[in-house]
Amino acid sequence: MSGNARAAIGFGVVAAALLSIGLGQSWSVSLAVLNLCLISAVMALGVNIQWGYAGLFNVGTMAFAALGGLAAVVVSQPPVHEAVSAGGASLLLAAGAACLTVALISLACRRLPAGALRTIAVVLAALAGYFSIGAFFNPAVEAIEAVDPSSTGYLGGLGLPIVMSWAVGGLFAAGAAWAIGRVALGLRADYFAIATLGISEIVIAVLKNEDWLARGVKNVTGLDRPVPYEIGLQRADWFQDLVHSLHRDTLTGLTETESAALLRELVVGASSIFVKLCYAGLFAAVLLVVLLLSERALRSPWGRMMRAIRDNETAAEALGKDVYRRHMQVFVLGSAVVGVAGAMLVTLDGQFTPTSYIPLRFTFLIWVMVIVGGSGNNLGAVLGGFIVWLSWIEAEPVALWAVATLTAAMPPDDPFRVHLVEAAAHVRPILMGVILLLVMRFTPRGVVPETVGRQRPLSS
Amino acid sequence: MEVDVVNAMVLLANFVVVPALAYGSQLALGALGITLVYGILRFANFSHGDLMAFGTMVVILLTWQLQAWDIGLGFLPTALLALPLGIAATIAVGLAADRAVFRFYRLRRSAPMVLAIASVGVMFVLNGVVRVVIGPDDRSFSDGARYLINAREFKSLTGLAEGLSIRTSQVLTLALAVIAVAVLFWFLRRTRAGKAMRAYSDNEDLALLSGVEPDRVVLLTWAIAASLAAIAGTLYGLDKSFQPFTYFQLLLPMFAAAIVGGIGQPHGAIAGGFLVAFSEIALTYPYKKFLGYLLPDDMRPVGLVQLLSTDYKLSVSFVILVVVLLWRPTGLFRGRIS
Repeated sequence: MSGNARAAIGFGVVAAALLSIGLGQSWSVSLAVLNLCLISAVMALGVNIQWGYAGLFNVGTMAFAALGGLAAVVVSQPPVHEAVSAGGASLLLAAGAACLTVALISLACRRLPAGALRTIAVVLAALAGYFSIGAFFNPAVEAIEAVDPSSTGYLGGLGLPIVMSWAVGGLFAAGAAWAIGRVALGLRADYFAIATLGISEIVIAVLKNEDWLARGVKNVTGLDRPVPYEIGLQRADWFQDLVHSLHRDTLTGLTETESAALLRELVVGASSIFVKLCYAGLFAAVLLVVLLLSERALRSPWGRMMRAIRDNETAAEALGKDVYRRHMQVFVLGSAVVGVAGAMLVTLDGQFTPTSYIPLRFTFLIWVMVIVGGSGNNLGAVLGGFIVWLSWIEAEPVALWAVATLTAAMPPDDPFRVHLVEAAAHVRPILMGVILLLVMRFTPRGVVPETVGRQRPLSS
Repeated sequence: MEVDVVNAMVLLANFVVVPALAYGSQLALGALGITLVYGILRFANFSHGDLMAFGTMVVILLTWQLQAWDIGLGFLPTALLALPLGIAATIAVGLAADRAVFRFYRLRRSAPMVLAIASVGVMFVLNGVVRVVIGPDDRSFSDGARYLINAREFKSLTGLAEGLSIRTSQVLTLALAVIAVAVLFWFLRRTRAGKAMRAYSDNEDLALLSGVEPDRVVLLTWAIAASLAAIAGTLYGLDKSFQPFTYFQLLLPMFAAAIVGGIGQPHGAIAGGFLVAFSEIALTYPYKKFLGYLLPDDMRPVGLVQLLSTDYKLSVSFVILVVVLLWRPTGLFRGRIS
């Protein structure tokens, strides 16, 4: 079967699953799942750029998703003027001191000959930097976090439309990826994996503990929305008319009060669906743009060079390709895509909660998506995002249903039954692990295999 | 008050040295498993943290059963009695994972990265199993005497202002770690099977030509790595507490320990474990009181003198990892290069 036919069947299955959720549960639930599928697909595209194109084993996806989410806060929240005037200046000075320290250390590394003198210079610069940064930074943080800590206590944002944060999230993630790549890309593949895993945990620790940045574990809630609010829609005349015209048949033949009550109910339901449709439209547009660009990049000479590096680094280097710089390029590009998806996710949630970033969900699950879908194939990564998110989200209700059916004969307070019901939520990781292992074993190239090139890292 | 070195040293021993010795032993045991799997099976095993969690879970369930039967070990924790069965169960799981997953790729001589990704799959499954069986919450299973030396007793005994408390779990950790490491090194250096393992690690093809049986080496490797994982996990659980996700987070310091020491080198893993543990605790300890004992009155520090907030202790292992790799890419004890 050709790749396109498999992709068509795969997307058909996903569509059927979404339709059956819509018909069986509700359209609102179905659209909510679709929205997260779209975001997951964008993230999977980002990881596919790194792993599928260039064979980079980056296990720090979580950090880039979180930095994208941070962008949503920094761009869209109104500025807290009091906090900015209380600590903004010293914060800038601290940043200046940090830049100066880095500059001094890199100067020492470049200009001084290797030896004791250089080591001493670097250590001295680092120590001086540590104390001078602290001298500006600590009072600034204290001042900022003291400003009305129960509702703000942070710098706030720029007060711009939140859609702009999607681009900014990409930039944040790209910047972080550049800095991380400078340190970690020189390492061997497996050390690089461990290093990115570590960095992602550190980024999350920073987001949890630096309250001045985005309130830390106190979370930022009530973020701006790029789409209308349900309550506004329900009051808008045009929306009521629209719902009325859609349901003309059911509404005629009822008394006036009955029809008004039914209309109100319909309007409430329709407003939630309308909002989710708006999100779906925005996310689908981003997904399409990223997909088209990735596809063009993959089929360009640049993409061919990337695959050459992936399949044989030494040979590519011998042909004059700068492996380190190309790796840096894909690392930054892929991370930027993940950052965009992270900003979109926080926009959809309407809140930024650093504790929600766990590696299982934001790193390894995305990896499962790419490998299940077919690493190296963009359409495959998108399909993998859809399939894996659907199974991840539906695993819990299915497991609960299975538990309920199996234990129907037991009394409801039977401890074993209670335990099973509690445990049902945790079958998710088991299911994901089994899917990953089965796909790797029996279709190592994924559901939609890569179409160009013959050698694949996963099948060798 | 004048300079008081004795109290300062007791303070440091109580809050830095003793906890770091215990934590370092736990990390070293975990890192030994990682380094053995890396050296002999040649891949980075991401499921090691969850293998530890699995072993600990079995020990906890058995401990609860023993406690229900009123069987104990006096001042030692009951978990010690459950440990052998926990080790056996962990070995069984390790071997099952190898049989079902890793063997296939090993026989095809797949790239190490493929095995590492497969280990992510195993990690998912083990993680889910642990959560399904015992739940995601904090579980306590330590019993017996909590302290070997209590801070109050120490103060009244020595008449010092600072107390030194040594928990039973800390001494137990150190003792078990020393025994486990001694047995392991004796095995690797003196027995035929251990020499076969080292030969296989050094040069697979030569070892095979010399008649080393690969299946036996693999079996032994998993048995040793899984036993060490069960021991390390149980000791960590006794010392701190058991929560499935903390075992995943141990992966980073353990990998850092193994890599820093020179991956594939058992003694490197031990040195790395203690290096990571001591740096982590020493950098996040507030030295205000310590300096207060050592410096004259007018020079006492105002702040906490904490170099790094405890929230960032994970970054210590990362920084050590990167610094050592940049400065000495093969690790302190020259590990496997390719």
